[in-house]
Amino acid sequence: MTETLYSELPTERSTQFDPPAELGLLRETAPISRMTFPDGHLGWLVTSYELAREVHADRRFSSRAELQHSPRPVGGKAVTQRPPAKPGMFIGMDAPDHTRYRKLLTGQFTVRRMNQLMPRIEQIVADHLAAMRAAGSPVDLVANFALPVPSLVICELLGVPYEERESFQKDTAKALSLDSTFEEIMEAFDQLEAFVFRLAQRKRVTPGDDMLSGLIATGELTDEEIANMGMLLLVAGHETTANMLGLGTLLLLQHPEQLAALRADPSLVDNAVEELMRYLSIIQFGTIRTALEDIEIGGVVVRAGESVSISVAAANRDPARFERPDEFDIHRPAGGHIGFGHGVHQCLGQQLARIEMRVGFTALFREFPDLRLAVPAEEVRMRDDMAIYGVHELPVEFS
Amino acid sequence: MKIEVDPERCAGSGMCALTDSAVFDQDEVDGTVVLLQPSPPVEHEKSAREAAHLCPAGAIRVVE
Repeated sequence: MTETLYSELPTERSTQFDPPAELGLLRETAPISRMTFPDGHLGWLVTSYELAREVHADRRFSSRAELQHSPRPVGGKAVTQRPPAKPGMFIGMDAPDHTRYRKLLTGQFTVRRMNQLMPRIEQIVADHLAAMRAAGSPVDLVANFALPVPSLVICELLGVPYEERESFQKDTAKALSLDSTFEEIMEAFDQLEAFVFRLAQRKRVTPGDDMLSGLIATGELTDEEIANMGMLLLVAGHETTANMLGLGTLLLLQHPEQLAALRADPSLVDNAVEELMRYLSIIQFGTIRTALEDIEIGGVVVRAGESVSISVAAANRDPARFERPDEFDIHRPAGGHIGFGHGVHQCLGQQLARIEMRVGFTALFREFPDLRLAVPAEEVRMRDDMAIYGVHELPVEFS
Repeated sequence: MKIEVDPERCAGSGMCALTDSAVFDQDEVDGTVVLLQPSPPVEHEKSAREAAHLCPAGAIRVVE
């Protein structure tokens, strides 16, 4: 196999919704190819669906934070040596630590539990849409709908006072912005952790009927562990869904025939959500795994200690798995996309996200039958600079 | 068709219960897989197979 050496991860998009074209070329010629990371590490880039699934599913590929080389500079710095994940920060751990923490949470995010939340989510969505109408046209859909809905839902689930959202939303934005300096990112994460830590201490004294109180009640976790688990759920729980709602709305507004089909038959929404997840792949720079031993995969040998950057976006546009992959089509069988990842780290909150999106899109387009962009589409500010892709604002009009 | 599940490997993602809730459920406490029908009826074979494919942790096996 020819080894193409890339100096860095391709990140330049030529359209608002398509991943960088170079990724598609790589997938055709070398679906696992060598890549130099910003810190000089010689690792790999995976761009095909099959190999992306294989790496995520293979437990010899580690998620441990201290082994990872980042394919993107963090805060302008090529990060060479990361510390191990803090207690409770289980996305940066392997079994058995990862398993212990995750199992304390999976019971809270089952399909059944999330379905039980649906009436409350419908209410939250309805309240925000009514407020958006009252605010009058034109209005920013991100600030009035896409961000506050999932924020309020995760706050209620965790037991975070919603009045305190300004502080954690600001810190989340700073932590995830590629414009922040390394020090700003670290400070923002410290602030978030301290925020949940103080909250956990309050809940030890006066518990509520919420997830943080539930974690405390297990008696198995320290306040530090609870703070990091809570922070993870808080950040992952609102920023991701918010961007799917904002970016998904922009995409649907630009595909009037798809939107008309969805309005005519709301039962299409379940599949439409899967297609949005596949097509948009908002974890735009993908995931990272590091080989714990020499591993033969896709005709190459990844040596122990080498990091693999997996392009979720390129995998989800792989023609070997999805016909006409670059067409957005809410009727296609989109199941099996890896928009929520794959393997034991697959998104814990995915069933919640699905319901938020199903309820959110359905109600938005039902309540606003003539919703349209208030600015030319090309003027919408895209989150090219953010770890999670989306739109910064989405000015919309209605009558 | 016969199906086997391994709750030890299960990561509790809920993909199986989402794909076919007549064949798969999730444990109330830790969300791991509960097999409701080890030999699903013919009309559920396709979705049971799909659930095995979608399982992120490789915890569902179709044994003929």
